[in-house]
Amino acid sequence: MTYEALKITITELAPSALFEEGGEWLNIFISPDAFPAFVQQLRSTEGLDFDSLFCLTCVDWKTHFTMVYHLSSTIHFHNMVVKVKLDRNKPEIETVSAIWRTAEFHEREVYDLFGVEFLHHPDLRRLLLTDDWVGYPLRKDYEDPINMIKL
Amino acid sequence: MDVMEPIQSNQPQFPGDVYEAPGGGFMTSTLQDVINWARSNSLWPLTFGTSCCAIELMSTASAKYDYSRFGFEVVRATPRQADLIIVSGTIVNKMAPVLKRLYDQMPDPKYVIAMGACAISGGPFFYNTYSVVKGVDHVIPVDVYIPGCPPRPEALMHSLITLQEKIMSGMTRDQIRRQHNPDL
Amino acid sequence: MVEELGTTAEGDLVINIGPQHPATHGVLNLVVTLNGETVKKVEPHLGYIHRSIEKMCESLSYRQFIYTTSRMDYLSSHINNHACALCVEKGLQIEVPERAQVIRVLMDELTRIASHLLWWGAQAMDLGAFTPYFYAFRERETITTIMEETCGARLTMNYMVPGGVMADIHPSFQQKVKEFLLLIQSKIDEYDELVTGNIIFQNRMKGVGFLSAADAISYGCTGPTARGSGVSSDIRKIYPYEVYSKLQFDEILETAGDSFARYLVRMKEIKQSIRIIEQLIDNIPAGDFQSKTKAVLKLPKGEFYQRVETARGELGVYIVSEGGTTPYRIKFRSPGFSNLSALDHMAKGGKLGDLIATMGTLDLVIPDIDR
Repeated sequence: MTYEALKITITELAPSALFEEGGEWLNIFISPDAFPAFVQQLRSTEGLDFDSLFCLTCVDWKTHFTMVYHLSSTIHFHNMVVKVKLDRNKPEIETVSAIWRTAEFHEREVYDLFGVEFLHHPDLRRLLLTDDWVGYPLRKDYEDPINMIKL
Repeated sequence: MDVMEPIQSNQPQFPGDVYEAPGGGFMTSTLQDVINWARSNSLWPLTFGTSCCAIELMSTASAKYDYSRFGFEVVRATPRQADLIIVSGTIVNKMAPVLKRLYDQMPDPKYVIAMGACAISGGPFFYNTYSVVKGVDHVIPVDVYIPGCPPRPEALMHSLITLQEKIMSGMTRDQIRRQHNPDL
Repeated sequence: MVEELGTTAEGDLVINIGPQHPATHGVLNLVVTLNGETVKKVEPHLGYIHRSIEKMCESLSYRQFIYTTSRMDYLSSHINNHACALCVEKGLQIEVPERAQVIRVLMDELTRIASHLLWWGAQAMDLGAFTPYFYAFRERETITTIMEETCGARLTMNYMVPGGVMADIHPSFQQKVKEFLLLIQSKIDEYDELVTGNIIFQNRMKGVGFLSAADAISYGCTGPTARGSGVSSDIRKIYPYEVYSKLQFDEILETAGDSFARYLVRMKEIKQSIRIIEQLIDNIPAGDFQSKTKAVLKLPKGEFYQRVETARGELGVYIVSEGGTTPYRIKFRSPGFSNLSALDHMAKGGKLGDLIATMGTLDLVIPDIDR
């Protein structure tokens, strides 16, 4: 599907979504409450068929977090980006590991490095750091004067 | 060699005889010589490689560079049967206790080579990293350091030969420790 | 959920494989629940080589961060650097000269052959055959010598820069690559006879570690892992970059979905890489090897994503820029991370020896997973 056709279809599915212009692919902002139903529709709607989640990450914007989901379809070969704004003091979002199994590891990594809680994740614990690590290193306000030697 | 002079000056009652050999150092008894020669020529490394330097270690083991000419052929997977650990690759906070445990499990006499910039001092991961141990000598005592990122197989061979010379002249940390404490 | 080491209530044994183990290809800790010799659950514990590359890159300039990616997946180090250079060029909208594009693709394909050779040697060694390991390294030495003359290093060549390549190819590059192509073509047939046709090898690999196409897509598997199950995922074909759209080569797909299919995909990919190099080696266009760029690069505000096909699968570089000289956030979407998450699904119900064979066909490089 082309960019314009995707935009029309998505607007029908989720009228409250905001589009961000200027990206290589369709960028869309959605609220955390509408997020679970929206991604389920992205996966199962005929013509959209976003069956591959190829990148799941989080960006710390100092006042809020943004979860970024890169989706693609192996049938129609179109891509899009779904973004969700999270509250920095209590970052919580529904897991997508029931829809795309690859999200299990990716969400554990985001939990480990940013501290975002994924509701209903089958096994949410630290992945890359030691189990007794204190803090979330990839946040912008992470200070570690012992280990991190500043250039 | 420089390391013996302060030891000699601090301890005038050094057990055994001290002979000045050309180039420094001292000569041990003939039996100790033979033992050192035998030990240096049949070191068994442990298969321990964490990242990129491990590939250069594997290249040194293969046909073109071939460290088995010098006696390092028998590479053991279990630390109980190895006496040399070549730390090739970065050591991070999560891996440091594992490395310490492997080192402790190796029987004496044991030797350590720190291969590559990451094992010497953290290497390219020195600044602004929260999880890298800046140098493997924070965890275990090291005998030979090899600079490079990754060091060429010839550099690794040079370090293996240096280690052999160090053992034959009685200069590794292990041997110096034993001289001060013969009951060890 | 999390099994403690020892014996569980049902009498199953929970053991540790790694992190120091000759068959794990790096520092990977697998906590395996066994019933006799049958694997019931495999749980990977990662993080033993987590070098915080993403945090470190937030303080490096756009020319400097490319070189940390050489150390991530060190067997396809050229391809990693290529991905980062392409992403920066996408942000700055730099046009790369044709000569540089062809040189980059040549280096990529040579790296792919070298990586697949090492994988082949390590796979055979895991199953107990020591000879292929030495043959593979012998061939790899020819490739690394060719690269060393041009790039200056054997393993972590920092050769790709935003705008092109760092230096022109060595005068003897073309002739040496042609000699190498003649050599490797005869060797691949020899290796097929030695290992692929071996009845013991086939019995150990056929029917082991099955992964269906739908599962491969759901688990995010890419590269030969997915192509062994019939999923078309070659980035060079689907989203081509550089001169790949002008080249003739096949995307290898196998439908069996077991370890032997993944093995065959990689062996045939070596032949396709040889085909690509043959098309390009005599037609390197004249021109610049690097386009003029400013000394200090500043990407405009925005987000850029670039995907390339490494020897393991799809590598994605995602840069979020705020307009400064250093990136605000970098994320590397590594192929091994997703491929490893499918290991539990593939190895359940098989034997312990099958687990080792399956893990070998995933072609894991652990620093790529942990970053």
